[in-house]
Amino acid sequence: MSGFRANLRVVGQLGRRSIRQTFRRPQLAAPLVVFPTILLAIQTAGAGRAVDLPQFPEVNGFLDFMLAGAMMQACMLAGNTGAIALALDIEMGFDDRLLAAPVSRYSLLLGRLMGTAVMGLLIAAWFIVIGLIFGVEFQSGILGVAWIFGCVATTAVAFGAIAASIALRTGKASVVQGLFPLIFVVLFLSTAFFPDNLMLQPAASIAKYNPLSFVVDGMREPIISGFSGSHTLRALVSMAGLLLIGFTLSTFALKSRLKRG
Amino acid sequence: MSASSISASLPVIRSLVGRSMNELFRVPGAAIPGVLAPTIFFLGLTAVFGNLALLPGFEADKYQSFIIPVSLMQGAAFTGAATGVNLARDIEQGWFDRLLASPAPRPVILAGLVYSASLRALIPGSVVICVGLAIGVRWPGFLGLLVATVMIMGLAATAATWGATLAFKFKTQSAAPLMQAGTLLAVLTTTAYAPLPLLTGWLKVVATYNPLTQVLEAVRQGFVGDVSWADTWPGLVALIGIWVFFTFLALRGMRKMTA
Repeated sequence: MSGFRANLRVVGQLGRRSIRQTFRRPQLAAPLVVFPTILLAIQTAGAGRAVDLPQFPEVNGFLDFMLAGAMMQACMLAGNTGAIALALDIEMGFDDRLLAAPVSRYSLLLGRLMGTAVMGLLIAAWFIVIGLIFGVEFQSGILGVAWIFGCVATTAVAFGAIAASIALRTGKASVVQGLFPLIFVVLFLSTAFFPDNLMLQPAASIAKYNPLSFVVDGMREPIISGFSGSHTLRALVSMAGLLLIGFTLSTFALKSRLKRG
Repeated sequence: MSASSISASLPVIRSLVGRSMNELFRVPGAAIPGVLAPTIFFLGLTAVFGNLALLPGFEADKYQSFIIPVSLMQGAAFTGAATGVNLARDIEQGWFDRLLASPAPRPVILAGLVYSASLRALIPGSVVICVGLAIGVRWPGFLGLLVATVMIMGLAATAATWGATLAFKFKTQSAAPLMQAGTLLAVLTTTAYAPLPLLTGWLKVVATYNPLTQVLEAVRQGFVGDVSWADTWPGLVALIGIWVFFTFLALRGMRKMTA
């Protein structure tokens, strides 16, 4: 039990370090909120007339529709940023010093992911405040907002774990940084920015079955129309799947790194 | 400037351009992000917002023809900003000090950097145009392509002077996000996503006064219709104006650095 508590303390300390690190390095913190916020503002005003298209879901405004996509983009970037910081730790030898300490190896990974989860919560808070300032009406009220917080933090952890597996395998920040374009590919092939029935083929078909679309739609429903059982269930299953994939990949990557020494 | 000083400057510019091109051959991977980002954005935005072309008042049959100039300009702007990042690296590593110690005039050194950016912008531009034509972008005609090429090269030169201004000011590669984000913001706060009458809110106002809107419309004209002088000259004037402004700032920054 005391060992468990000690590991929990390590996870907490490493999580705090991870958050401090993000705020101390503007190049890590800026892409998380600045870029998605700018893109949200530009896309909302630039493609705002999309709501006039036939078959566009009924919304109060295009910002209501776009908010979930912006949060998804930011939490994916948060996951990637956490993994970049992890790779930098490996490059600089900080992880080697931690591995020499008498703590569970997994707490090193969990500490980083805890930091990513907190960043996810901060991101959700940022975008919810922006939404409220610019007139978004959260149809599901407080419960919907709480659900969004949970979704953003969970997705950030899932993507953080996937990106961490690459950081652990390669040990190179430049490789993890190279995932940035891939994030946008995945986002463009989901319903993050537009409903799938109005997207062009083949992106529309891919978006229809992209698990990320299920998560985004699950986050969007409480904003634009209120909770929907099927969307919520699909979002939960997708997030569980992404978490499972992320933790499996990162666990194997950590084991492989430990074997290599 | 006399004929002899021009002929003396040309080898310096050629050497600086040659050095920049050498980087491309020696580190080809460094050019990939500059090509990848505009291509991904072009394909992604087309797939996502493609049906915006169905809105009444949209001036293009296909959204890909409407959006391709944005990606061309994005590629040029990133290339120009990358020149600023490379310059900041040269300053950090002390290589630029050696260049300043040479008898080459300051404007000639800047001209070498700017001209190399113009040439390098042709790489993402060519890739985006090839991808665009493959997915059904309207052929702009040779005149349209020529206007687009001139504008793209000019924009890369302008972005390079912006990058150089920041590099001289901050003297560190950490200023890279500012160089890149600045150019991206300038390109996207235009009629990038939709024609001016279809923009909403603050963007409509900003796009009306953003000089890059004129540049974008000049690049776009061949892809969505006919090329005319009336649609070309405002873009040229805007581009020259911004270029002169940032060239002045960059030269002032270089002078301050050596003062």
